[in-house]
Amino acid sequence: MLNDITLGQYFPGNSPIHRMDPRAKLLLTVVYIVALFLVKSFVGYALSLAFLYLVVRLAKIPFKYLIKGVKPLRFIILFTFLLNLFFLTGEKVLLVLGPFRLTQEALFNALYFSLRLVFLVMGSSVLTLTTSPVQLTDALERILHPLQRFHFPAHELAMMMTIALRFIPTLLDETDKIQKAQMARGADFESGNLIQRAKAMIPLLVPLFVSSFRRANDLAMAMEARCYRGGDHRTRLRELRYTRLDGMAALAVCGFVALIVLEGHFFG
Amino acid sequence: MPLVVEKLNHTYMKGGPYETQALYDISFTIHDGEFVGLIGHTGSGKSTLVQHLNGLLQPTSGRVLVDGTDLSDKNADRKQIRCKVGLVFQYAENQLFEETVEKDIAFGPKNLGLNAEEIDRRVREAMRQVSLDYDRIAKKSVFELSGGQMRRVAIAGVLAMKPSVLVLDEPCAGLDPHGREEILKLIRRLHRESGTTIVMVSHSMDDVAQLAERVMVMHRGHMVMDGTPEEIFTRGEELRQMGLDVPQVVQLCEQLRMRGFDIPERIYRMEDIRELITQICKKGGYHAQ
Amino acid sequence: MGEQRMDENRIQAKNVTFRYPEEERNAVDQVSMRVKRGEFLAILGHNGSGKSTLAKLFNALYVPDAGTVLVCGMDTADDELVFDIRQNAGMVFQNPDNQIVATIVEEDVAFGLENNGVPPAEIRTRIDEALRIVNMSEFALKAPHMLSGGQKQRVAIAGILAMKPKVIILDEATAMLDPSGREEVMNTVHRLNREEGISIVIITHYMSEAATADYLVVMDNGKIHMTGTPREVFADVENVRKLGLDVPPMTSLAHDLRQAGIDVRPDVLTVEEMVEEVCRLSSKN
Repeated sequence: MLNDITLGQYFPGNSPIHRMDPRAKLLLTVVYIVALFLVKSFVGYALSLAFLYLVVRLAKIPFKYLIKGVKPLRFIILFTFLLNLFFLTGEKVLLVLGPFRLTQEALFNALYFSLRLVFLVMGSSVLTLTTSPVQLTDALERILHPLQRFHFPAHELAMMMTIALRFIPTLLDETDKIQKAQMARGADFESGNLIQRAKAMIPLLVPLFVSSFRRANDLAMAMEARCYRGGDHRTRLRELRYTRLDGMAALAVCGFVALIVLEGHFFG
Repeated sequence: MPLVVEKLNHTYMKGGPYETQALYDISFTIHDGEFVGLIGHTGSGKSTLVQHLNGLLQPTSGRVLVDGTDLSDKNADRKQIRCKVGLVFQYAENQLFEETVEKDIAFGPKNLGLNAEEIDRRVREAMRQVSLDYDRIAKKSVFELSGGQMRRVAIAGVLAMKPSVLVLDEPCAGLDPHGREEILKLIRRLHRESGTTIVMVSHSMDDVAQLAERVMVMHRGHMVMDGTPEEIFTRGEELRQMGLDVPQVVQLCEQLRMRGFDIPERIYRMEDIRELITQICKKGGYHAQ
Repeated sequence: MGEQRMDENRIQAKNVTFRYPEEERNAVDQVSMRVKRGEFLAILGHNGSGKSTLAKLFNALYVPDAGTVLVCGMDTADDELVFDIRQNAGMVFQNPDNQIVATIVEEDVAFGLENNGVPPAEIRTRIDEALRIVNMSEFALKAPHMLSGGQKQRVAIAGILAMKPKVIILDEATAMLDPSGREEVMNTVHRLNREEGISIVIITHYMSEAATADYLVVMDNGKIHMTGTPREVFADVENVRKLGLDVPPMTSLAHDLRQAGIDVRPDVLTVEEMVEEVCRLSSKN
């Protein structure tokens, strides 16, 4: 249950950030990310850090959770850093390492791009830490709802996400059971070369597919029995309403964007 | 070839915030040819214990010895152990994957690296043991079979490994009365004819009472009772406090005793109570008051 | 039986026949039966006897090839009425994992109401009420996969209850549960039957559950083979066994005793009744 996917990395709480409308959170996060691309100097990143820190304090989330969110992406960030470091050219050479010439401009760029990535991940982490996947799905459905007029399947998409979230733990459980059952029959999932290992997955994958199809069939019937008929005329238990909180948050984010734009103007 | 469990402890997600201890200091020895019924609520630790018996889980502390081999020993041959202790999971039909019944049953023996001739012999033998007709069923797809038949194919898949201990986790779960009866009959026959040691996990007190020679009761990760069915079922009150049922025959004895009938302790089988009531009603000699 | 007033029958099946495409024989063959207002009815039969198919015909999931099924007077063959029928005849299925749609208990209970376009404020009161009735209020905000099997089935029942049905059909809803989960579910449906006056149809192969019903219907090969009170049906031990079913342990004991020449009532169902019989017979001596 440790990696409970229905909670994702949700950090339950009742802070003003938690109580915001998920649609507002989603949209404002997008605005924040766009703003990151307008940052021209390290002063801008300092501002971003300050802003993030403020939000995290308001959300009452330990800051280390944000760092944790970056961890899985550390290799990509490192890769970006190294790529920029060694393959960008510049005037002021700092160091010569065999065929590579390390320049000051490259160092600046490497730091600049990898920091952008770090802030990007941390910013979206704030969203997922304070919003449960269920709320996110809800928000997405409603934001995309107007597109339904152009035959965009917003409701279907959201329903699929909900069902996926609902069934992932069940299927993980089942995978574990089937794997053990096959191991009890002498199956070996751990040794051998790539092809042997891929082949060894068949006794796991076939039963998993069979059971997933059965579950899908059962679920479809159960949904039908409960009067499911697609998204039209459907009401929702939880109605989303923008409140003053969302207005205040929007103002704060606008302020942040304004600062970044100014920063670009003076330091860029 | 005894199966020895010594001071076995198991903790899930040790060190994490969701750490839970599933087994506490479990010790017992199962001897050759025994028929053990393992009883307990969902979450009592039965399933965890069962997975230790063939090394699918590693003990947090303590050890499990199969035929003198310590299962946590890094050098122990896992495959050898897994073929000594066969484990049939709950809803075992969910593990079937091959195109035909025959191929699926052959999966275990194949993993043991046996030759084609031996594999074929074992498949036929295992199918006979679970009363599936080789000529009629072997080439069929497993998905054409009934639920009870699929369950038997899955059991045959484990039997084909020729285990000397067969562990079955809820072998009758979800089957109709006919299917249930078939499976119980086949387990009884395996025990009697092949002398296979059986460990059967069950929720049904009535099934355990009819089949097992030894009953173990688990509660919240502890082994709270271990004895003959006679010994266990006389402790009806304790069983009920743990939220477990008592076989109906035992309930009947208890209530007849309360009405003043002189019913000896240790009656738990249908045959015995039938005899007794026949005597009571024919002679009337048992009525004390 | 004579003429029945329409609203006395929650479900009425007349000569219902149904065959799955590409199957040779009828899954349900010329079945006529009814479920009365407030009745607790059990349909028994071994796997493949047609009992689950029959259940699905009661909810308009299937429509009969011949004959009619009326749910609260509405014909299931009428496309216009499908959603009214499904709201009146709710259904709980076998696998607790495969019928919960949402990732939070209360949202799942709301699913049917949302589908029917009930206003949010009313959804709220109805799901709170439904969860209270099945004793699951404290789990309202939990994730379904953290619940036990019995609790999941009670969530499924709450989801139907919230739609204010006249009859609830449980299609082997206890088959995958442990004894305590089974008891939870059975206690819940008995209470709904008693206190809310909802008609209950259980499809089961647990004889102990069937024994608690008002009326039994035993199916085999798509046809109805026996009907009557549990006492009447189980007393016919030979026939019940012939249909691949079992009888409750005490009924089986009574049967054996009778064969040994003891004059026990053949329709004993419970331990208590057996005790009474032994007392009666022994005091004769």
